[in-house]
Amino acid sequence: MADLSTNLVEQRQIDRSQMKVSDEIAIEMRDVNKWFGTFHVLRDINLTVNRGERIVICGPSGSGKSTLIRCINALEEHQRGSITVDGTLLSNDLKNIDKIRSEVGMCFQQFNLFPHLTILENCTLAPIWVRKTPKKEAEETAMYFLEKVKIPEQAMKYPGQLSGGQQQRVAIARSLCMRPRIMLFDEPTSALDPEMIKEVLDTMIQLAEEGMTMICVTHEMGFARQVANRVIFMDVGQIVEQNEPEEFFTNPKSDRTKLFLSQILGH
Amino acid sequence: MNDTQTGTVENPAYVRAEMIPEQAPPATQVGVIKWLRENLFSSWANTLLTIVSVYVVYWIIGHIFGWTFFGIWDAGSLSECRAIRDERYGEGASVACWAVIADRWDQLMFGFYPSELYWRPVLAMVLFLVAIAPVLYDNLPRKMLFFTVVSPFLLVWILWGGSIWGPVCVALGFVLGWAVLSYGTALIGRLGATIAAILVPILYWLFAAGPISAALGSVAPIGLEAISSDEFGGFLLALVIGISSIVLSLPLGIALALGRQSDLFIINKSSVMFIEVIRGVPLIVWLFTASLLLNYFLPPGTNFDLMLRVIIMVTLFAAAYIAEVIRGGLAALPAGQYEGADSLGLDYWQSMRLIVLPQALKISIPGIVSTFIGIFKDTTLVVFIGLLDPIGFTNAIRASTDWNGIYWELFIFIGLCFFVACFSMSQYSQYLERKLRTDNR
Repeated sequence: MADLSTNLVEQRQIDRSQMKVSDEIAIEMRDVNKWFGTFHVLRDINLTVNRGERIVICGPSGSGKSTLIRCINALEEHQRGSITVDGTLLSNDLKNIDKIRSEVGMCFQQFNLFPHLTILENCTLAPIWVRKTPKKEAEETAMYFLEKVKIPEQAMKYPGQLSGGQQQRVAIARSLCMRPRIMLFDEPTSALDPEMIKEVLDTMIQLAEEGMTMICVTHEMGFARQVANRVIFMDVGQIVEQNEPEEFFTNPKSDRTKLFLSQILGH
Repeated sequence: MNDTQTGTVENPAYVRAEMIPEQAPPATQVGVIKWLRENLFSSWANTLLTIVSVYVVYWIIGHIFGWTFFGIWDAGSLSECRAIRDERYGEGASVACWAVIADRWDQLMFGFYPSELYWRPVLAMVLFLVAIAPVLYDNLPRKMLFFTVVSPFLLVWILWGGSIWGPVCVALGFVLGWAVLSYGTALIGRLGATIAAILVPILYWLFAAGPISAALGSVAPIGLEAISSDEFGGFLLALVIGISSIVLSLPLGIALALGRQSDLFIINKSSVMFIEVIRGVPLIVWLFTASLLLNYFLPPGTNFDLMLRVIIMVTLFAAAYIAEVIRGGLAALPAGQYEGADSLGLDYWQSMRLIVLPQALKISIPGIVSTFIGIFKDTTLVVFIGLLDPIGFTNAIRASTDWNGIYWELFIFIGLCFFVACFSMSQYSQYLERKLRTDNR
């Protein structure tokens, strides 16, 4: 799978002119700890993400990588430490949480489109209700982003009538309609057929080229090599190693990382 | 398999030169003949069973058909009915005496509602159908919903009569609550405005609504002749209790289901307690509570309409069941839907209203409708607390000298009326399920 996606991504010339990492801090996690019951899922996570960074988080299943990004938009509550997103401290205050969520887009492994609404309604729902955008304007924005992910002709269909890859691209468009400053991807291609992985990765690369701050939990190592500016390896709820992609893949430092990479790239 | 056409183990190489065109299936595999063969005459045992069944069906229909359709409609009493029968079909023939329904039609339909005012329940029924139409069918103009909102007050006024200012003043309470909510949010915050929007109308109803409506009544005495609840009976009673409980229990049930899912301790526990207590006790016990016990708890001298008490009890009872059915729908929804809504920044009420409830209610439609059907039929239990619904009237009718000894015709007629109502509900729910289906199944 890893080889396949490497090929998929390498076929494409990546335009790096807009990919700039600024000094401005987008996300700051300080000593974040989280437990599920008595199980210690996240242990002393310290992570600073600058605006324009494209970070790939990888690691074995159960290592806490999904939980980590889900803490960023408070889908999971952390118990200790602090998370600051775009200068807003994530606390129990519902106002802050809603503010952060409307600034941070998220794509899920299972897409989580709303099956009772059309594609267009899926995309306009949050702008209309959260941002109070007039309906017509929201629809124009939605069509703009649907064109961008190359499925404007599906706007009047329901999610159940689309393929997995198309659904995931709609999910990306739906997040983009809120004009987020940060995008989180939680294994966006894991539920897809190899052919559909390409179309979703293409969309994600396109986003990266436009300078979006992205954190991706993914096993697409080709994507990580080509697009990421930083790769983070997690195991047992902690960050084990992080480095630039080239260095990370060719010269991993920790034994755990070496083992993981040999398993995932070996076949 | 033909060796020259497809590959074999020894020689696996094979390329098809020509594609096979589509052909019609054999005649025995299509249409009526296939169906008959497969379903009725697939073996000699099945053939025998088919013949026996056809005979049994013929025998049953032969009896019921004659009894039903040659029935006697024009007679004033059972003995008169029998005389006509003997004359027409010979001594002891088995035919129905539908004359009882014609004779007592008004009672079965309206109870003791004054006969010169029958137009009021009929008008109310028509208006009710107009009011409910835009709710049931969303291709009707949305403006009709304004009438739907006004209709409860209008229908109450048409049925019970009295001064028009009573219902108007009650309705004003809701307008007041809405106004407090929409203008108060900016002044005292969301929570404060919500509490105020509940308290202000209650205070208004308790202390202001009565005097205001009395004052308006003395200035502009517009009203219909007042009818007391005792005069309601028959299907009018069954429909008023059934429809009010159904309409009121759905929102209450949704609120209870959300309450039971809530993280807030007090709301959660009180919803659980309410649901379990109401559901754990038979409806007939609640009806007796409504008719007998409530009088002990209320301050002496208060006259709290029995029918209203019954409607409240049946509503609460139905709401507890609806809440559990909807909870099933909420639980069936994938967690991803909640997360999807959350991740877009929708707040709790928005995500419930726009994402969660539409889907959960859709899943729960069969359960909700079957609860409604059950509740509508259970309204016949009110006969035990002395209200004269259609079943109650059968007793009264059979006790009269004219119709002493008749029972089949009455119960078949009542059963048929209930069946028509319940079957329509069931058909509508199936239509709704088909309409709301958005996947490719």
